[in-house]
Amino acid sequence: MNWINAIVQGILLGGLYALFAAGLSLIFGVMRLVNIAHGDLIVLAAYLGLSTTIMLGVHPLLAMLVVIPLMALGGYVLQRGVLNHTLGDDLLPPLLVTFGLSVIIQNALLEGYTADPQKMSAGALETASLPLGDLSIGVLPLLTFAIAVLVIGGLHWMFYHTALGRAFRAVSDNQDIAQLMGLNRRHIFGLAMALSLAITAVAGILLGVRTNFDPSIGGARLIFGFEAVIIGGLGNLWGTLVGGVILGVAQTIGAQINPGWQLLAGHITFLFILAVRPRGLFPRMTG
Amino acid sequence: MSTDHLQVKRGSRASFVATIIGLIVLAVLIAAPLWAGRADMRLMGELFLYLSLACLWNLMAGYAGLVSVGQQAYVGFGGYMLFALTIFAGVHPVVAVLGAGVLAALIAVPVAALVFRLRGAYFAIGTWVVAEVFRLSFAQVSSLGGGSGTSLPVSIVKSMTSGRQAREWLSYWLALGLAVAVIAAVFLFLRSRRGLALSAIRDNELAAASLGINIWRTKFVVYVVTAALTAMVGALIFLQKLRISPDAAFSVNDWTAFVIFIVVIGGIGSLEGPIIGTLVFFALRETLSDMGTIYLIALGLVAIIIMLKAPQGLWGIVRKRWDLQLFPLGYRVQQSATPDNHQQLHDK
Repeated sequence: MNWINAIVQGILLGGLYALFAAGLSLIFGVMRLVNIAHGDLIVLAAYLGLSTTIMLGVHPLLAMLVVIPLMALGGYVLQRGVLNHTLGDDLLPPLLVTFGLSVIIQNALLEGYTADPQKMSAGALETASLPLGDLSIGVLPLLTFAIAVLVIGGLHWMFYHTALGRAFRAVSDNQDIAQLMGLNRRHIFGLAMALSLAITAVAGILLGVRTNFDPSIGGARLIFGFEAVIIGGLGNLWGTLVGGVILGVAQTIGAQINPGWQLLAGHITFLFILAVRPRGLFPRMTG
Repeated sequence: MSTDHLQVKRGSRASFVATIIGLIVLAVLIAAPLWAGRADMRLMGELFLYLSLACLWNLMAGYAGLVSVGQQAYVGFGGYMLFALTIFAGVHPVVAVLGAGVLAALIAVPVAALVFRLRGAYFAIGTWVVAEVFRLSFAQVSSLGGGSGTSLPVSIVKSMTSGRQAREWLSYWLALGLAVAVIAAVFLFLRSRRGLALSAIRDNELAAASLGINIWRTKFVVYVVTAALTAMVGALIFLQKLRISPDAAFSVNDWTAFVIFIVVIGGIGSLEGPIIGTLVFFALRETLSDMGTIYLIALGLVAIIIMLKAPQGLWGIVRKRWDLQLFPLGYRVQQSATPDNHQQLHDK
């Protein structure tokens, strides 16, 4: 019974990891940028959510209405002001600039909010659960998973059925030709980063409702998202959801065996999949 | 036109002068117990260890194109091996430092086989995952203190040397010796045939591969050697601290973020860069560290601005302006100059 419970909880946890991963996957797909600060941006979103709930006295899920546009705007400005200048054939500049950004965000949060762990209160939603046979399923994890499916489905639809998605795919395939066809790639990249950070905002607030957070936890969130992307296969959004679920299940099963093994089990599963399927389970593009 | 008057040389007047000054500085540093206080020697020892880490990271990122954010894996591994070898196997600490290097090279082989499957930036995060696996694994080893860590037993510390002063001198000399050895090893490696291959890979992988260079093997050798030397640095770091815990041993900020900032600020892809970067980093740290988080924010900002505006770092600015090279690595064409030869060159 405990095992089935662990697996179900793991699947739902996977939804949160897929949300961590979706933004990472999106910008890698569009501009081959790996954002080392991604995890810290998730934590930043959680803190913005916290401040919003305190200042406006609203429910954390409503705070998304403030945090999502804020993060999206920040993403557009960040991309056009800084990150666009780092893109090119050389790998180092984007990597090191986002690494520097990660250290800046972390320490700015320390300065602004101290190192004390924080949590957003979601009232009755936190403890509500649905009985399912002998299991009881938390409403919040279920909601998180549903949001993850919606976000990934929405991204998929946007990519293949909208003008913006066509622009994303065009610059992804060939920046120069897309530029010749009248797309402004700097603007497109800005929009991609805005979208990525909008998803990050959703992920950050759901994280902050679910568990305690402090300024130092960004790195681990980046790693979870990255593992989900690689397990699922580069460039495959639904694969990323599967990757998140596999990672989540590995962690909850590891924790079921020994509480100290939760994270280790997730990392080892990732390394195992990297060893047997280096390109992930469902790859659609090469790294 | 005849080319008789043209010579290809590695050294230059600047590199000759730099060698002389370098040897004098080295002699002064070896004699530090004669002129420096305890606190100064401790600080300098730490500086040498950071210098070694910076040179090694620079070899990987600046020459082999292997940008790792997981070198703390080997720093921590080296530290833990020092503790394990001295506590469980009764090995003398100095021998254990060497042993840590050998063991790290052994473990780096399967790790490299795994993380080399990831390209570019994903390689970077992959190395971080490996460091996390190391950290979480050592936190499970209860005989080494588990998650809260352990101290080096007094008997082992005392067995090292006859007194505290002698121990402090020894760890200073070990740190200095390792830094010199690392710089010399990187320098000789880059001058060797394999180093030339490495420069070729850095400049253009495709072209290098078409000239018959085995890219995978060259990078693999760099990764394994770097891992071994990084672990030796790690062992020395924790021989100075005498206490180890998973969070301190595998800290991404202490052993990778600072090192990256040092190399970026000093100048990536040059041997002089990490040396200048380390001096600047310690000067900043000693004057501004009271400011805590603000200091780290400023450091991050400086690194970003340098990466955007002067990607070759401080040394890159110097080199561009005065055409200096202190370590004779490249080749340059010189003429046994007579005025009309000079003229001919311009006419051509």
